[in-house]
Amino acid sequence: MIRKLMFLTMVLTVVGMAYAGSNITIKGSDTLVRLGQRWAEEYMKHNPMAVIQVSGGGSGTGIAALLNGATDICEASRDMKEKEYKLAKQKGITPFRVSVALDGIAVFLHEDNAVGNLSFAQLKGIYTGSITNWNEVGGNDARIILYGRENNSGTYSFFKKKVLNKEDYSEYTQTLPGTAAVVNAVSKDKNGIGYGGIAWAKRVKFAAVSVTDDGEAVIPSSETVSSGKYPISRDLYWFFNGQPDGELKKLVNWALSEEGQKVAVEMDYIPLPPEQAAISIIK
Amino acid sequence: MRKLEFKPKSKLREFLGEKIISINAYVALISILLIFVFIFKEAIPIFTDEFIQEEVTVDKMVFKQEFYEGRDAKWSWQPNSEVPKYSLYPLFLGTIKASIIAVLFALPLGIGAAIYSSEFASRRAREIIKPAIELLAAIPSVVLGFFALMVLATFLQNVLHLTFRLNALNAGIALGLAVIPIVFTVAEDAMTSVPQSLRDAATALGANSWQVSLTTVFPAALPGIAAGAVLGFGRAVGETMIVLMASGNAAIVSADFLDSIRTFSATIAAELAEVVFGSAHYTVLFFIGSLLFIFTFVINLTGDAILLRLRERFQGRTS
Repeated sequence: MIRKLMFLTMVLTVVGMAYAGSNITIKGSDTLVRLGQRWAEEYMKHNPMAVIQVSGGGSGTGIAALLNGATDICEASRDMKEKEYKLAKQKGITPFRVSVALDGIAVFLHEDNAVGNLSFAQLKGIYTGSITNWNEVGGNDARIILYGRENNSGTYSFFKKKVLNKEDYSEYTQTLPGTAAVVNAVSKDKNGIGYGGIAWAKRVKFAAVSVTDDGEAVIPSSETVSSGKYPISRDLYWFFNGQPDGELKKLVNWALSEEGQKVAVEMDYIPLPPEQAAISIIK
Repeated sequence: MRKLEFKPKSKLREFLGEKIISINAYVALISILLIFVFIFKEAIPIFTDEFIQEEVTVDKMVFKQEFYEGRDAKWSWQPNSEVPKYSLYPLFLGTIKASIIAVLFALPLGIGAAIYSSEFASRRAREIIKPAIELLAAIPSVVLGFFALMVLATFLQNVLHLTFRLNALNAGIALGLAVIPIVFTVAEDAMTSVPQSLRDAATALGANSWQVSLTTVFPAALPGIAAGAVLGFGRAVGETMIVLMASGNAAIVSADFLDSIRTFSATIAAELAEVVFGSAHYTVLFFIGSLLFIFTFVINLTGDAILLRLRERFQGRTS
């Protein structure tokens, strides 16, 4: 009996180890989680031996998991902060960054808003609280109502860095959980303004954004983001611990391939420009 | 007839049974203690850790700070900034604003319903009203929050022409819905426990039923009603989901009840999930948790103490 049990335990252990070998976990950004899941599904269809688990939680959560060795791939909608790189070094982890897709951050306005174009300087004024009335940027005489994301969101940090030059958001910014909630709030508030990924917009209009006050204002779309014409765009990353090899390398190279990037387009994400995807592929 | 007999051997079983059920009773007590110890332990680095104290101290959380040279000193909650700002005052103000509105909204409704139910309602009406109001307490707070976010906020904005759709008033009223059952239950209990002899005495002096309830029963039960208000306030302070969804979550220092607010509980709920373990921000969130714990603990204790005194007054002893 005991011998049988021991044998069984050994078999289970061996099977378990083999299973763990091809078991990949992906964790992180809520912006990327839908794409990650779809990539995993498609990849597993082609490679039945691979087992991939994908979960969200936010970029910060994913990076923390990578630093704790709790995930193989960390999805992030922002680069790691200096603090996090330092922490990684302490923990003996060497983050390896790969861009896997692009994302445009749109500025949402109510459909009836008279304002159509906003420059970086105007956006910064609006979100830091020095511009408080729509008539200061060519609209009606009405107070600007600010909507934004919670301060743990990658989008919050990115918009702050890119548009606000790292200055603080106005204390009057109402923070909502998730881009869908921001879109919903702006669609209900004719003096509202919000920001978030372009795939989420419903019943709101996009502001055309220009870098300088007299520069060309560009409306975000898959084309303008992909070509780099739209100024508020960012890379979406996968982080690994060290340069990936084996199954991980196969997975990321597939995601960067034409086939993988096509999946991204189907999911309303913005693919990398082909040249960039080609450079990113791991040899 | 069977003779009742207690065999000696059952003593052990009784002993064990008693011990087991007493453990059950103490589990709750021990849990509270352990929870407090854990939360407070995570907050301690604010007082001891030099690395964290460079970023945040109790001083910085309480008093106005001059965050940038040459600019006015102010209170600000911006934990995710080049210069992290951890003033608790805007959050405290938001919590108090929402809770005050909740209690002001719930008191008249809860007390009115309690007077009607205990003094005027027929037995049948009472049997419907009481469970119905208590059912209000069973509605998940996320449902109340969603209602406030989608329906109540739009209604208030259209009627009052508000600048901010999500504000302290909106969140406070939604919180009030959660507080009504507490005020009602406690006030109703207090009024029904006013001795019949008091009512009889007032009636004998020629008072009609209005006069009996307003001049005799209501004053006698007043401490119970006060306890209801205090306990309701405690619930409002600790409630999270409703304020997270309905308040706008903007940490503003202003006396205006129509501005957006950010409360202690909503701040913890929104920020704890992604904060770096052991960082200054993490520690501050646990410090807020400890504050909330102490705050609601003291409030509940006060409410219970008032009720206890009320019972002693009516019955000469605790029941």
